[in-house]
Amino acid sequence: MALLEVKDLYVSFSTMDGVVQAVRGVSFSVDRGQTLGIVGESGSGKSVATQTVTGLTRGAKISGQALFEGKDLLTMTQKELRSVRGAKIGMIFQDPLSSLHPYYRIGWQIVEMIHAHEPGTPKAKARARAVDLLRLVGIPQPERRIDDYPHQFSGGMRQRAMIAMAMSLNPVLLIADEPTTALDVTVQAQVLRVIERLQTEFGTAVILITHDLGVIAEVADDVVVMYAGAAMESGARDEIFYEYHHPYTEGLLRSLPAYGEERERLRPIPGQPPSLIRLPSGCPFHPRCPYVFDRCRSETPPLDPTWGGPGHRSACWLPHTKAEREAVRDRVIGEAVPS
Amino acid sequence: MSDALLSLTDVVKYFPVQTGHLRRSRDMVHAVDGVSFEVRRGETLGLVGETGCGKSTLARCISRLFELTSGQIIFDGRDISRLRPRQLRPLRREMQMIFQDPYGSLNPKRRVGSIIGDPFAIHGTASGAERKRRVQEAMELVGLNPEHYNRFPSEFSGGQRQRIGVARALALRPKLIICDEPVSALDVSIQAQIINLLSDLQDQLDLTYVFIAHDLSVVRHVSDRVALMYLGKVVEIAPAEELYQHPRHPYANALLSAVPIPDPIAAAKRERIVLVGDVPSPVHPPSGCNFHPRCPKAQDRCVVEEPSLLPRFDDDELHATACHFPVADGEDLSEARPAIGVEHRIVEPDTAGAPTGLGVSVAHGSPGSPESPEPVERRRS
Ligand SMILES: Nc1ncnc2c1ncn2[C@@H]1O[C@H](COP(=O)(O)OP(=O)(O)OP(=O)(O)O)[C@@H](O)[C@H]1O
Ligand SMILES: Nc1ncnc2c1ncn2[C@@H]1O[C@H](COP(=O)(O)OP(=O)(O)OP(=O)(O)O)[C@@H](O)[C@H]1O
Ligand code: SF4
Ligand code: SF4
Ligand SMILES: [Mg+2]
Ligand SMILES: [Mg+2]
Repeated sequence: MALLEVKDLYVSFSTMDGVVQAVRGVSFSVDRGQTLGIVGESGSGKSVATQTVTGLTRGAKISGQALFEGKDLLTMTQKELRSVRGAKIGMIFQDPLSSLHPYYRIGWQIVEMIHAHEPGTPKAKARARAVDLLRLVGIPQPERRIDDYPHQFSGGMRQRAMIAMAMSLNPVLLIADEPTTALDVTVQAQVLRVIERLQTEFGTAVILITHDLGVIAEVADDVVVMYAGAAMESGARDEIFYEYHHPYTEGLLRSLPAYGEERERLRPIPGQPPSLIRLPSGCPFHPRCPYVFDRCRSETPPLDPTWGGPGHRSACWLPHTKAEREAVRDRVIGEAVPS
Repeated sequence: MSDALLSLTDVVKYFPVQTGHLRRSRDMVHAVDGVSFEVRRGETLGLVGETGCGKSTLARCISRLFELTSGQIIFDGRDISRLRPRQLRPLRREMQMIFQDPYGSLNPKRRVGSIIGDPFAIHGTASGAERKRRVQEAMELVGLNPEHYNRFPSEFSGGQRQRIGVARALALRPKLIICDEPVSALDVSIQAQIINLLSDLQDQLDLTYVFIAHDLSVVRHVSDRVALMYLGKVVEIAPAEELYQHPRHPYANALLSAVPIPDPIAAAKRERIVLVGDVPSPVHPPSGCNFHPRCPKAQDRCVVEEPSLLPRFDDDELHATACHFPVADGEDLSEARPAIGVEHRIVEPDTAGAPTGLGVSVAHGSPGSPESPEPVERRRS
């Protein structure tokens, strides 16, 4: 049984402009010690999906299941959820508005965290654990820095302090929403290394949300590619990078500047992402898809298995066998590159 | 290089440090600390470096939105370093900036046509029907529908808004465009559209670009030459491929080795050079070579003597590096360790004053009420 299994999750918000269908029937799962990467562009529902699972979405219409260690998180009371969050599920958010509390020392905040979930832990013991955690995430001289206020830390150090806090109760699942997006690449490399180390050391499962395919390539075991609130493709990392089926995945990969290759013209996905209030009919990607044909405009393709491993699925009407899919690519993309 | 459109000599920009509300201390932020390079007509010079290294400040010095602390800037044969605000107006026609934030840089209450038409109005070059015609021409040039002349910025997507910014910058047919992170805020699938647009326009209109970004693969793609900055200084400058194939500065090596490669097989093969510590504060930059506290090759000399930006080994004159112990082709840096004698070892407080990444938060992170976590409200524009 997977540690977390999300099934057919729907989340929508009523707004003045209409109903925003932020997440539309998404399923994914993650096992102990594994990293699931969720990619997709801005507004594709990555944050809403994961925040809903942990009970942090308000004012939304929600349906589906999120089985965590066999229990459905979506039907838990706030109280039950609270004890799961922090103790069993650590979360790192990309959200400048609710970062570390500015008025309290870093160490105090971690100690308080430990006390909240494990009352009765002796003070000295909690503090020693906080020092260890800060050292683990690469804060130099943690004995001294533990009494710093957040503003005395650089951006990268704060990010690492927050990982330390999320890890303070040895959660079995860490959800990291764009944990490195605003960091410089050298600091990003440090932070990703910290997450990887925690994972091998404690067997923590990680859900990593990012729009950076480079980060996914480096750390994910499995990948879900989201577009317009739905999973377009899912599979093992290498299937997504080297044996992708879905035209959106293909478009994303092709639009990146090729690393280490001659400078050539980029091949962007034409057009713009759709509105989640007025979704296109049929396949949500059809207005931008170079392969589009009649059926795509009227019928929504289900997330069906491809030729790959058991987890490799794609929501697209193109043929689901490798030879046929490649033949179509050669025919459509082969000579004329759309731009 | 005689065909230089832009030439900087020892450009310096310091800011007084703000402490508290009104008090100003004597301390200075060394935002740009002695930068010299040339940009040739028709080329794209990429400017890269990590947060807070001074890229935007340098851009604003070049376009003279800032006064220089010292140094000289020659643009199109003319010394513009000391021009007064009033004298700057003609310069604005020939040099334009495109900014990172396609949301913040456009006034939401004004129609797109009038935003793009601003430059004509300000410079009095076209009015009435003529202005409208030229604005629509500019819109067409950047791939916007000219019929959307009367729409508001909020009715456009991020990528389209960045096109509006490009159209406005192009309206007066400038010679030089300084692009400060023009695609950083855009989605992956839209980034490529804007990059292609900029490169098409360069061919059509004979533009020269200074292209700032922190994404090294984007910069490599668009640039003829690349200058790498660290703590206010250019530490290496070279033709783009040359810099990526033969990085000489230890920092360039570390940076390139840390770029996530969207190709799992290539990523797994690559050796990482992981730097220790964070970027030091630009208020008290380290002595000698300012990279020495993080440099895997640092030696005593680096602590006391600042290296100059010169060609190293048998690199040609276009490839200059500021390092006493540059990295040779094939040298393995991942095992290198600094060798700084005791007398030079100082305990560097590694609190970087400047770079503030965005906050990341833990759901239950409010220490005041650890028992009552508030759901994180997503605020979107
Ligand atoms: N409280 C809310 N009310 C209305 N709409 C919302 C709310 N929260 C999120 N949305 C909308 O739901 C959609 C999905 O948002 P989400 O934050 O999950 O995107 P994302 O994939 O995480 O994007 P990003 O990469 O920009 O973080 C967006 O269109 C967003 O505007
Ligand atoms: N107006 C100002 N007053 C004081 N300090 C400033 C000012 N503008 C910039 N700085 C400081 O100067 C340094 C360089 O900042 P700058 O914005 O040029 O960096 P950057 O390379 O553009 O960074 P980023 O990649 O984050 O945009 C930073 O330490 C910054 O805090
Ligand atoms: S279903 Fe049709 S439109 Fe959608 S991705 Fe597949 S080919 Fe393209
Ligand atoms: S001069 Fe010394 S400290 Fe600076 S980069 Fe070169 S080896 Fe490193
Ligand atoms: Mg998000
Ligand atoms: Mg900047």
